[in-house]
Amino acid sequence: MAAKYIPLTGAESAAYAMKQINPDVLAAYPITPQTPIVMKFSEYVANGEVDTVSITVESEHSAMSATVGAAAAGARAMTATAANGLALMWEIVYIAASTRLPIVMGIVNRALSGPINIHGDHSDTMGARDAGWIQVYSENNQEVYDNYFMALRIAENEDVLLPVMVCQDGFITSHSVENVMPAPDQVVKEFIGKKKFKGLLTAEKPFTIGPLDLQDYYFEHKKQQHEAMKKVFPVIEAIQKEFAEKFGRKYDVIEEYRTEDADIVIMGMSSVMGTVKEVIDAAREKGIKVGAVKPRFFRPFPGEYLKKILSKFKAVGILDRSDSFGSLPPLFTETAAVFYTSSTKPLVKSYIHGLGGRDTTVKLLEKVVTDLQKLSETGEGNFTSEYLGVRE
Amino acid sequence: MKKSSIEINKHPIDKYLRRDRMPHIWCPGCGLGMDITAFIEGTKQANIDMNNMQIVSGIGCTGRISGYIKLDAYHTTHGRAIPFASGLKLANRNLTVVVFSGDGDLFAIGGNHLIHAARRNVDLTVICVNNFIYGMTGGQTAPTTPVGAFSSTAPYGNFEKPFNLVGVAASAGASYVARWTSLHTKRLANSIAKALSNKGFSFIEIVSPCPTVFGRKNNRSDALGLINELRDRSRIDNSANPTEIPITNYGEIVIGDFLNEPRPCFSESFEEGIKKTKERIEK
Repeated sequence: MAAKYIPLTGAESAAYAMKQINPDVLAAYPITPQTPIVMKFSEYVANGEVDTVSITVESEHSAMSATVGAAAAGARAMTATAANGLALMWEIVYIAASTRLPIVMGIVNRALSGPINIHGDHSDTMGARDAGWIQVYSENNQEVYDNYFMALRIAENEDVLLPVMVCQDGFITSHSVENVMPAPDQVVKEFIGKKKFKGLLTAEKPFTIGPLDLQDYYFEHKKQQHEAMKKVFPVIEAIQKEFAEKFGRKYDVIEEYRTEDADIVIMGMSSVMGTVKEVIDAAREKGIKVGAVKPRFFRPFPGEYLKKILSKFKAVGILDRSDSFGSLPPLFTETAAVFYTSSTKPLVKSYIHGLGGRDTTVKLLEKVVTDLQKLSETGEGNFTSEYLGVRE
Repeated sequence: MKKSSIEINKHPIDKYLRRDRMPHIWCPGCGLGMDITAFIEGTKQANIDMNNMQIVSGIGCTGRISGYIKLDAYHTTHGRAIPFASGLKLANRNLTVVVFSGDGDLFAIGGNHLIHAARRNVDLTVICVNNFIYGMTGGQTAPTTPVGAFSSTAPYGNFEKPFNLVGVAASAGASYVARWTSLHTKRLANSIAKALSNKGFSFIEIVSPCPTVFGRKNNRSDALGLINELRDRSRIDNSANPTEIPITNYGEIVIGDFLNEPRPCFSESFEEGIKKTKERIEK
């Protein structure tokens, strides 16, 4: 049977993937713009299309706690949230990672208050970047769908055993309909396989999770989390390769777009990269040698990959959909740090864009292209940061 | 621009509203308009100085009240209205502090705060607008959704036992407890006046119609029909024991002024405790 596209929103793409994963337990609490994921998934539960036990708990703090509990007991446990929901989960987000539980959590990126704003930016997950989770960012609905399966495999890999956040942009992705090509259930089933992780509380031998760990061993345990993160990229590469074979769609840790002969590139994550590609196509028509670079992962940080790729270009504009008040934004800072010891490095400029869901338009990105041309010619504005599309 | 031929009269409570924030986001047929009017009436009745009053709300449809009433107001995060309000009250005991929020906000994500503020008898008036569902986020099962009612997370009916809000508040230690519907505007206003005058934790549940979300999912999307339903289903019984009157999907809704048992509020108990300690030290 020929594969068929079906129209799905980003949230429905996530729910569809979760249905095919068929987790044992789902615990969640409503928060805009995550709600359509769990609403759609609840339908699958109610219809008996999945074997999942789902519980609509009383807060996100409880959602992550229940997910951790279920994972500790050996279940494939999932949840989904956004912004303030992620913030309310905070302490258990760290605990999920430090107890090495392979949880997959759907994140619909949304601005973290205040004032209250329900639209998309990355301030929520960027705040959680040091929680010990793997973070994968999705540009479009197809990527959302595909990332869930790869995330599950990465999380459950025996060398990794770390939780993963699968991020998509609030409303821009989560509520927009696109054609998505789902894989047949059988293909998903074969790809994700039976879970090898048996849980920590298996009743086979007494085991205590999370007891007091002071100056004696805490430091060693933290180092182990770091060591686990170091093993992630080889695992991702192998899983992406296997995914391409089974699903026919190829992903890389860093996606490059029209970079072969590019002098300047725009780099960023998630949905804005769709607009960036449009802008690049138009600029290419005019003969401007511009390309795009899209890191799919922010944790672990793909520094070595970026070092190799970005050193080819004269100038790089780095788009951050979050701010770090009193410093430079995270994607820019970490990328710049990679080049500290390099003799060949591009000129760099930071752009903070789209906070609180503000639209990053073609016009704004055309300005970035013009900026970068100037930067590459004159070096003017190197290592500076500006707000893209803010009213002064 | 051509002027509208329709003469727009002022609403009697206009001066208490932020007209510049209108139109509001609430749906046609929502009970919140009636609830606000009753609140303003109750405040007038209790002779409360509006300049000395603070409104605190959480997240959700009801949570938006803090942006529409022209008083000092704090729109807090989901579930945290009561601890914010407690802080306000402790910092300035002369303030009249009102928490105006929904069932999901006060009893799910903020449930823990409610029972502890009631236990301590913090001098707050908590008005809980109960529409039986998470309205703003799209109609998910809430801790108030009746067994058998439909929601977007229970498409074939909810099977979880809901909270009886007045029962929870009374059991936790609230010193004033009442339940009315949005339809019972006069009685509700009277209750709000009493609650505001009670020096302690006062709790009022307002059973409020939500035709757009709860109604639509439960074959009761006609706004007027829902108002009629509230009239037909409710029975006033001021002597009812609040712990014994849970609300079901179609059964009777017992309403009334159930409990009014003033006891020392948190600040008074605190001062008394400090006073005793000082006396002991001085001895």
